[in-house]
Amino acid sequence: MLQVESLDVVIGEKPILRHIDLEVSGSEIVAVLGPSGSGKTTLLRAVAGLIEPAGGDILWEGKSMAGVPTHRRQFGLMFQGYALFPHMTVGGNVGFGLRMSGRDADGDLVAEALAWVGLEGFQGRQIDSLSGGERQRVALARTLAPRPRLVMLDEPLGALDRSLRQRLVTDTRRILEEREVTALVVTHDRDEAVAMSDRLTLMRDGEVVQSGRLEEILASPVDAWVSEFLA
Amino acid sequence: MRHTRSILTITLLAAALTACSNGTETTSSAGATPDKLTVIAHDSFAEGVDDSTFAAFTEQTGIQVDVLAAGDAGALVNQAVLTKDNPLADVLFGVDDTFLSRALDQGIFTEYRSADLDSVIESLGGSDPHVTPIDYGDVCFNYDKGWFDTAQIPVPSDLEAFKTDVYAEHTTVEHPATSSPGLAFMLATIDTFGEDGWLDWWSAARDAGISVAADWDTAYYADFTRYGGNSSIVMSYASSPPAEVIYAEEPLTQAPTGVIEAGCYRQVEYAGILAGTEYPEAAGELIDFMLSVEFQEGIPLTWFVFPANADAVLPQEFIDYTVIPDAPARLDPSYIAENRDRWIDEWIGVMEGS
Amino acid sequence: MRRIRWGWVAVSVVPVVFIGYFFAYPLFRILTLGLSEMGAGSTGLQARLFKVGWFTLWQAVLSTVLTLLVAAPLTWAVSSFDFKGRRLVMALVTVPFVLPTVVVGTAFVALGWRDSIGAILAAHVFFNVAVVVRTVSTLWTRIDPGLEEAARVLGASGWTVFRHVTLPLLRPAIAAASSIVFLFTFTSFGVVLILGGFHYATLEVEIYRQAVTLFDLPLAASLAIVQLLGVTGALYWYARYQEKTAVAWTLERGSNRRRARGRARYGMVAAVVGTLAALAVPLSVLVSRSFDSDFYTRLFMADPVVGVPVSSVWNSLTFAFVAMLLATLVGVMAATVITGRSGQISRWFDLTLMLPLGTSAVTIGFGFIVALDWPFDLRASAWLVPSAQALVAVPFVVRATVPTLRSIPSEEREAAAVLGASPFRVWREIDLPMVSRAAMVGAGFAFVISLGEFGATSFVARPNTATIPIMIFRLLSRPGAVSFGMAMAMSVVLALMTAGVVLAIDRARFGELGTF
Repeated sequence: MLQVESLDVVIGEKPILRHIDLEVSGSEIVAVLGPSGSGKTTLLRAVAGLIEPAGGDILWEGKSMAGVPTHRRQFGLMFQGYALFPHMTVGGNVGFGLRMSGRDADGDLVAEALAWVGLEGFQGRQIDSLSGGERQRVALARTLAPRPRLVMLDEPLGALDRSLRQRLVTDTRRILEEREVTALVVTHDRDEAVAMSDRLTLMRDGEVVQSGRLEEILASPVDAWVSEFLA
Repeated sequence: MRHTRSILTITLLAAALTACSNGTETTSSAGATPDKLTVIAHDSFAEGVDDSTFAAFTEQTGIQVDVLAAGDAGALVNQAVLTKDNPLADVLFGVDDTFLSRALDQGIFTEYRSADLDSVIESLGGSDPHVTPIDYGDVCFNYDKGWFDTAQIPVPSDLEAFKTDVYAEHTTVEHPATSSPGLAFMLATIDTFGEDGWLDWWSAARDAGISVAADWDTAYYADFTRYGGNSSIVMSYASSPPAEVIYAEEPLTQAPTGVIEAGCYRQVEYAGILAGTEYPEAAGELIDFMLSVEFQEGIPLTWFVFPANADAVLPQEFIDYTVIPDAPARLDPSYIAENRDRWIDEWIGVMEGS
Repeated sequence: MRRIRWGWVAVSVVPVVFIGYFFAYPLFRILTLGLSEMGAGSTGLQARLFKVGWFTLWQAVLSTVLTLLVAAPLTWAVSSFDFKGRRLVMALVTVPFVLPTVVVGTAFVALGWRDSIGAILAAHVFFNVAVVVRTVSTLWTRIDPGLEEAARVLGASGWTVFRHVTLPLLRPAIAAASSIVFLFTFTSFGVVLILGGFHYATLEVEIYRQAVTLFDLPLAASLAIVQLLGVTGALYWYARYQEKTAVAWTLERGSNRRRARGRARYGMVAAVVGTLAALAVPLSVLVSRSFDSDFYTRLFMADPVVGVPVSSVWNSLTFAFVAMLLATLVGVMAATVITGRSGQISRWFDLTLMLPLGTSAVTIGFGFIVALDWPFDLRASAWLVPSAQALVAVPFVVRATVPTLRSIPSEEREAAAVLGASPFRVWREIDLPMVSRAAMVGAGFAFVISLGEFGATSFVARPNTATIPIMIFRLLSRPGAVSFGMAMAMSVVLALMTAGVVLAIDRARFGELGTF
C-alpha cells in the first residue's frame, strides 16, 4: 500500500506539488488525471525517488521511503518517452531489472514478461526496428518484468495514434489486473483514465482537487472546473 | 567482457615492452664486468646497428651492447648534458666538432686515452683526452656529371667560381641554422676566407643566384639535377657518390656524381665515456673496439663516413668513386662554440637582406 | 546524489595522474631548469621574438580560416548526402593528416612549392582538412532535418537556411575543429622549416634552434612559456565561446543524409571530386615516384643498413596500439569527469588535456629526459613512445566521447536507476557502452596519428626500434635512387594503412556518434 502524505515538491524556486495526499492499496489501479503542467509527472518522479521532496512523506506499507535511493525502492516507472536502452536488444531491456537484482539467469522470466504483452519471441530484436506500439509494450514489459511492488505509468499511451490507443488501453488494463499489481497511471485523457483505472485522482496546479470513482465525482463535483474537465 | 580483454592486452604488451625497454640497468656485480653496456648515439648511427655490429665485441668480452637513438647530434649532446648527474648510457658516440666544446665544457665525459690512438690518422689526432675520434666525414660540393657533360662547362675547382652566375645559379647549399652540412659549409667559408672575407663571398654568391635549402633532403632530392631539380651542384658528402653507385636502380660502372674538393669541410665524430658510468673500464674496452681495424672497416658501408683508423682499408666503391680531399677546412671546436651563434646571425643578415 | 562524490575522485585519478606525470611534471621541470639560469637576452633578441611570435600567430589564424573554407564544400557534401563510396572518401581525406611532415615536405618541394608563405599555408590546409571534415560532418548529419524544413516552410531559401539555421547549430563543432587546427598550425615545425625557406620561423622552430642547436635553455624556456600562454589563451577563449553558444539541438540517432538529386547532385560531385583531386596532387608525386622501379619488393628485402623496411610496420602497429589503449582509458575517464562536473573545474580540465597538442615537442621531449627518472627510470624506455603519442591522442578521444556522454538522455539513466541499478552500475550499463563506441572512434583516430608521427619522441633517447616514419626518414637521409624510391614506397604503404584502418573503424562504428 502506497501512502503519499502532504507531499511538497519544489523545483528551482517554483513549488510544483503542494500538500499532495494520495493512497493506493492492494491491487488497485489509480489514475492521476489532470491538464498539462498540473504536476502529475513530478508526482511519479517523487514517488520513484528521482526527486527529493521539500516536505511531506512517501510511505510503503507504513515505512517511510525518505533516504531510500531510487534503485532500492523496487518501484516500477514507465517513462513517457519509454526511455528504452538503444544499445540493448528487447531481451536486454526487459531483463535489465531482473539482472540488477541477480535474477533470471536463464531468461524464463523475460520470456514470461514478453508473453504478457503479446511479444513472444521478441528477445533478439533491436529497439530501432520496433513500431510505436511494439515499443510501448516493450516498455511495459520492462517495467513489469522485475515484479515491482508498485507500478507507475506516465502517459503510457500518449505517443500512439488513436486506433492503437484504443486497443492498448484494454490490453494494458488487463495486464495490470492479471498481475494484480498496485498501479498508478498518469494521463491527461479522461477516457483513458476511466478505462484503465478503478479510481481517479484529479490534479490541478500541483494540488489534488478531488478523488474517487468517476460516478462519485460527477455526482458531487468540488467545483465547476471539475465538471467541465470530466465532461 | 571488452574491459577484460583490454586489461589482458595491456598486461601482455607491458610485459613485452618491458622486455624490450632499455635503461641503464646493468647487474651490479661488485666487480668491473657488466652484462651489458649502453651506447647512446644519434639516429644516423643507431639505424646502422644490427646484431652483427658489436657481435665480435660480445664474443671477446661477453658484454652485450645496447644502442639508444637520441635524435640528431645536437639533441644527443643536449640530452647527455641534461642527464649528466644520472647518465642514460655508458658511452656516447656521435659528438662532432660543432658540439664538442659544449660537451667538454659541461663535463659529461671521463678522460680516456685509447691504446689504439696511435693508429688514428694524423690530422685527426690531437683531440681532447676526453674523447676518441672514431670516424670523419667530409662535407663537400657534389656535382652532376651528366649535366656538366651536356652543358660543356668545366667543373669549378675554386670557391671564387661561385661568385659567377654560371655556377651560383645552379648551386644549392643548406641553411646553417637548421642543417648540419649547411653549418659545415659555412664554417668552411670562414676557414677559407677568414672572418674578414667570408661574408663578402656570401654576398657575391647571393647576388649571383645561389640557392639555400632548409635541409639536406630538399637540397639533394628536390634541387639536385640528378633528381629533377635545377641545381647541378649541391652541398652534400664525399660519401654521396659511392652511395649513388651502391643504391643505384641499375648497376653502374661509373659514379653519376662527383666531388669538388674546394669548399670541403671535415667533420670528425668522437666517442666518449660518460662520467658517472658504473663501468668505465668496460666502456674503455668498447671504445677500443670501435677504433679497431675490424670495426673501422665496416664503417663506410654502414654509415657512409670514413674510418679514423689509418690502417683500415676502404671498400672499393669508396676508392673508385670519390676523393678524399687533402686539405679540407677545419676549425677548432672552442672557436666554433664561441662564435657560431654570431656567425649564423651574420649569415642570416647577409642572405636575408636580399 | 552524494554517493557519487567518491566515484568522481576515483574516475579523475587516472587522467590526472597520466597528464600530471607525463606532461605537467616534465614541463615544470624543464621550464624551471631553463629559467633558473640567466634570463632572456638583449633587446635585439626580444624584437626578433616579437616578430617570430607575431608570425606564428597570424599564420596559424590564416591557416585555420583557409582550412575551414577549403574543407567546407566537402563537409557539406558528406554531411548532406549518401552516396556510394562515401566511407572511402572519408578514409581518403584522412590520409594527409597522418603523413609525416618530411614526406609531405618532399612532395610539395618536388612540385615546386617552397620558400613562400603560400606553400606553408597550402601544406597546413592539406594536413588539416580531415579535422574539419570529420568533426563538423559528424554533428551536421545529426541535426534534425525538421528544423531546416520548418525554416523552408517559413519562406527561407537554401542559403538563408544554411546561414541562419544550420550554421549556428554547427558552431560548437566548427569551434572544436578550429581549435585543433589552430593548435597544430601554431606549433608547426617541419612544414615551416622545409617549405618556408629561411625567411620564416615560428616559435616552434625558434625553440628548436635555441634548445637544440644553441642550447640556450633560458631563452628556449621563455619561448616555450610564451607559446604555452598563447595556446592557453586561445583554448580558453574557445571553451568560453563554446559554452555561450551551446544551442540545444535535437539529436537524431543515425544520419539524416539523403540521396542527392538534381542540381545538388552536381554540386556534391564537384565538391567531392574537387577536394580529393586537390589533396591527391601532392600525393600523386609520391605514388608516381614509388612506381619507378621495384621499390615495393625491396621493402621486403634486407637492406644492409636499415634492415628489412617492412619490419617497421610491426613496430609501428605495436606502439600505436598501446598508445591507443592508454589514450582511450585516460580519455574516457576524463570525458566522464568533464561531463559530470560542470563549471570551472571541468572547463580547466578540458583545457589542460588539450595543452599537449599545443606544447613544443622539444620542450616535452627534454622534459621527459629531465623528469622521468623518478619513481622509475623511464627516460630511455620504450614506454615513452606510446605515452608521448597518447598525450597527443587523448584530446581526440575526449572530443569524441564528450558529445555522446552529454547526449545520453537523462531519462535512460533514470530508468536504469528505477530498475535497480546503483549509480556505478548506471555508469557501467548505460554510459560506458554508449560511450565505448564513440570512444573507439576517437581511439581509432589516435591510432592512425600514432602510426605516422612521433613528435616529442624525436627528442628523447629510445631503444633502437624503427617505426614507419623513422624508417622513411632513414631512407630519405641517404643518397641513391633506390633509397629515395623506397622512401616513397614506404610512404605509400603508410598512406594505404591509414586509409585501411580508418575504413575499418568507420565500418565498425555504431551509428555516427561522436566527433571524428
